[in-house]
Amino acid sequence: MIQFQNIVKRFRRQRVLKGIDLTIERGHRVALVGSNGAGKTTLIRCLLGEYICEGRVLVDGMDPRRNRREVLAKVGFVPQLPPPLHMPVGQLIRFSATLCESDPARMIEVAEQLGFDAGHYHHHAFVKLSGGQKQKLLIAIALGRESELLVMDEPAANLDPEARHIFFELLAQKKERAAMLISSHRLDEVATLVNRVIEMDQGEIVLDDRVADLIDLSSRLSCTLRLLQPEAAFAKAIAEWGFSDVEAGVIWEGTIAGPDRLRFLSLLSRYAALLSSIEIREAETQENALRRGSGINVV
Amino acid sequence: MSDDPASLSLSIRGRSAMKYLWLAAYTDVIESLRARWFMVYAMVFGGLVVILFAFGLAESRIMGFTGLSRLLITYIQLSMAMLPIFVLITTVRSVAGDREAGVFEYLLSLPITLGAWFWGRVFGRFLVVFLPVFLAMLGATAWGTIKGVEVPWHLLLYYSALLMALAWCFLGIGMLISTLTRSTDVAQGAAFVVWLTLLLFLDLILLGVLIQEHLPPDTAVAIALTNPMQVFRTATMMLFDPQLVLLGPTAYVILDNFGQNGYIGYAILYPIALGTACAGLGYALFKRSDLP
Repeated sequence: MIQFQNIVKRFRRQRVLKGIDLTIERGHRVALVGSNGAGKTTLIRCLLGEYICEGRVLVDGMDPRRNRREVLAKVGFVPQLPPPLHMPVGQLIRFSATLCESDPARMIEVAEQLGFDAGHYHHHAFVKLSGGQKQKLLIAIALGRESELLVMDEPAANLDPEARHIFFELLAQKKERAAMLISSHRLDEVATLVNRVIEMDQGEIVLDDRVADLIDLSSRLSCTLRLLQPEAAFAKAIAEWGFSDVEAGVIWEGTIAGPDRLRFLSLLSRYAALLSSIEIREAETQENALRRGSGINVV
Repeated sequence: MSDDPASLSLSIRGRSAMKYLWLAAYTDVIESLRARWFMVYAMVFGGLVVILFAFGLAESRIMGFTGLSRLLITYIQLSMAMLPIFVLITTVRSVAGDREAGVFEYLLSLPITLGAWFWGRVFGRFLVVFLPVFLAMLGATAWGTIKGVEVPWHLLLYYSALLMALAWCFLGIGMLISTLTRSTDVAQGAAFVVWLTLLLFLDLILLGVLIQEHLPPDTAVAIALTNPMQVFRTATMMLFDPQLVLLGPTAYVILDNFGQNGYIGYAILYPIALGTACAGLGYALFKRSDLP
């Protein structure tokens, strides 16, 4: 679907991309990782036809610069930093839907699924929304249309755990039909979402690896945590994940999205000395029950 | 209308390109109306009319002009100095600022052609910069009508056309500067230098010195005719001073070569042509450069 052929990008004399060759097919969910200045954003901008570069970028055989409308009609893009648009939410949805020849109602529906009431904020300026609300709306615009290529820069960074779960479910619905390119500074943020990892460093691809695709994007995990003693800082952190206190701040229960497990364990690692046991089980869904009987994972 | 599939496809493409152009223009208008710069801009020009009324300019008489005519003449002279710098700075600040802030990165990831995006912004921005100036003049006229003052309709129409041409001209220059520069600071500096240069070449300042230093008169006149601010200034003078006595000997060149009506036509068409050429050059560069 996407071909980068010997892509070189220079800013004045500095070569920011140094001959990138890469092919991405439909169904590939690619984590594009690397430190600041590795060339991730530049590569994405070349893909979107926003940068002029040497070499060839092709999306379904078309040059994104020469065939802007045809190529970008297939692309749903979520930037890392929301743009400071003054236009109201309703206008942004209408503008995007008209350009993408999509139904604005579908975008509004996706926004509502993510927990953002686009109807209520119809006349609010986009720039005045909170970081999480902006992110939800931009995701809704990208996913609420017939996109075949999703390009996302740290897409779930500002989302609350429930919205993250819905977001993963929405991605799961598209995973067979679309290619995804998810850019992040940290692999653990996106590792469980993808089936391929590409690492960039100083304008070159230094790693291109396939990842076992075992995690169901729409799965949920039930968790029970036992502490040696109650701890206020832990209580605050775990409450943000929607966990409830079952016994005097010592036993906590809740659910997390399957692809969020690494992120969640990373949180728990900060309180390792406080934890006496961790129990994580795949939450029973109809699909799971049919597929596996009643398999339980205990960590 | 032809049934040929190729021409039909071209016609559909043309219609959708126009739809996206107006959509981009509408979006730019909505963006601008909510921006702080627009509030300041509208307040300055609206406030100017209020101040002119408050100081009783509509009641005073100078050079035979009284009432609304006097107010409009003063307003237009002040606009000549203020409108270009306001249009230049607000255009380059918001366009270059949008690019820096990531607005281009996001909006240009949507399937819109670069032509529809660029010209949509130009037309949208034109409405936003011209309307407050025009509405302030209309407001003054409406107020005058209520007060029973005679309305100088010919003056109003003529000045509206001149202001429109001046706003379009500096908008085009502003779009060109925004395309050429990559940061708000540089764009703002360049806009200021352009305005200052044109201001220096107004007849009262640099041209006077150049003539004193024995600059060939043809060169001085050529400079005066290519400087859109001077063209505007001369054209506005023409209505209350048809023989351009205030301009001195240069008036002969203008009146001999153009005639009064010819010069008025030139004063409207030349800034429009210059603004369009600058915006066209800006678009050509925009299409061939990195967008964000």
